[in-house]
Amino acid sequence: MDISFIKSQFPIFKNKINGKSLVYLDNANSSQKPTKVIERISNFYSKEFSNVGRSVHSLAVTATNRFEETRDLVKNYVNAKSREEIIFTKNATEAINLVASTYGEKFIDKGDEILITELEHHANYVPWHFIREKKGAVIQFAKFNDRGEVEIDEIKKLITNKTKLIGITHLSNVTGAILPIKKIADLAKSKNIPVLVDGCQAAPHLKIDMQELGCDFYAFSCHKMYGPTGVGVLYAKKEWLDKLPPYQGGGGMIEEVKKDKITFPGSPTKYEAGTLQTAEVVGFAESIRFMENIGIKNITKHEKEVMEYGLEKLKKNNSVKIIGDPKEKGSIISFTIKDIHPHDIATILDDDGVAIRAGHHCCQILHDKVGVAATARASLGIYNTKEDMDVLCEAIEKCKKIFEK
Amino acid sequence: MELKELYQEIILDHGKNPRNKGKCDKFNKDAKAHNPLCGDKVHIYLKLNKDKKVENLSFEGEGCAISLASASILTDVIKGKDFFTAKKITNEFLNVIKDEKIISTDTLNEDQKTSIMSLSGVKEFPMRVKCATMAWHTFISALEGDNKNE
Repeated sequence: MDISFIKSQFPIFKNKINGKSLVYLDNANSSQKPTKVIERISNFYSKEFSNVGRSVHSLAVTATNRFEETRDLVKNYVNAKSREEIIFTKNATEAINLVASTYGEKFIDKGDEILITELEHHANYVPWHFIREKKGAVIQFAKFNDRGEVEIDEIKKLITNKTKLIGITHLSNVTGAILPIKKIADLAKSKNIPVLVDGCQAAPHLKIDMQELGCDFYAFSCHKMYGPTGVGVLYAKKEWLDKLPPYQGGGGMIEEVKKDKITFPGSPTKYEAGTLQTAEVVGFAESIRFMENIGIKNITKHEKEVMEYGLEKLKKNNSVKIIGDPKEKGSIISFTIKDIHPHDIATILDDDGVAIRAGHHCCQILHDKVGVAATARASLGIYNTKEDMDVLCEAIEKCKKIFEK
Repeated sequence: MELKELYQEIILDHGKNPRNKGKCDKFNKDAKAHNPLCGDKVHIYLKLNKDKKVENLSFEGEGCAISLASASILTDVIKGKDFFTAKKITNEFLNVIKDEKIISTDTLNEDQKTSIMSLSGVKEFPMRVKCATMAWHTFISALEGDNKNE
């Protein structure tokens, strides 16, 4: 695979950061965008723009077709059974809130239990907290082990006859652990409990096949997949979409409106109120094409190779402590350096053009358990190389030198 | 902007060996702050005596080198100052971080001025400004807040 050719499709890398070449290792936060995605959005506005699904003029037809083409591409990308199972949201956070609000409103009552994990991003905890407050429900946290992974037995142990939903990350944005979603979904299915997967960190890096995983809901954000900001996807099994109430009310999501009665259409229309991020949804089609042209298996393989190279190198550095050591690991390395705060690490690395994230990565529950307020995190994308890992390791040495004074 | 201007020796020294750390004796005012973005925490303790003088001043906290150094330098230069001078120095410091001004107050000796000015490097690093200012804002909250024992 020609990574330098792939990298050349991302205009951001032509810029210097503090006079240095950019080593972008903040992909778990958001990825960079290829020219095709950027140009698609611009061309759509220049030549094809209109609001979708409303008017009958030519532009409206074109725009609607482009918009719905993305839905078909997403449907195939995640191997959903039908296009009605793909709902566009503003991000994964909204996708999870949609499920928490609609499912929580209808099916969760006082004393019911929602089972999540200690690995969850706040986006898969706070929406459930709202339901806990509103309904008097209980949130159970499946613990992660010493390796930073959640085992199936831990989930098994916490399921009771009051468990109404399992909300779980596919790939931890801190430890990089890949969770056994299929096993968890099989187990949940045998007990009639729906499973919601936060797929933010998996969707850009792993094959995500809804028929194979067998979950009920799957949420992800397009901006982490070389796509535009402002677009997220909720995959939901059709049986749920037929059962659940609408989420937000407004234009576009109605069937008939009378003074005393309003009826709603089926999915996805029922869940897409108001004008959506039209150009961004159209642009996202190019992100999927970009990833599919490379091949998701090739993406996984390349990133794993680079991650393992970097991980081995970092492990040799006695001052560096890696957070978690999962057997199945995505391309995320979180670490601390003895006596240097992650924010100082991030500032010093930035001076060498190395962009990492420092903080709690929206996972305070996890950081409290590990016993640190913050960690530094290097997360990879398709354009990263072993040379990037070398630059990262050299910059870490520079941190140590500055603080050894 | 050079990195070495941010991580000056004074800052690294205060960061590694913070002065006045812990709860000071007989404090009668305190305030704490937390930066939810990065997890930095600071808790300022002070004793304001009958003559309105900051007789004792200390802090507890965790965070980056800049935030620890800033809290340490604050306690170092403010301890012993009266209420109004303490406020004046704090305001001058916050102005230094905002623009180009230098510390002009005559109540500080040259070493103290140098310490405060060492923090001014953060103005070139917008994401780190809060690291340097949080302790000072918190100090003002404590100073102007109600007495513990009242």
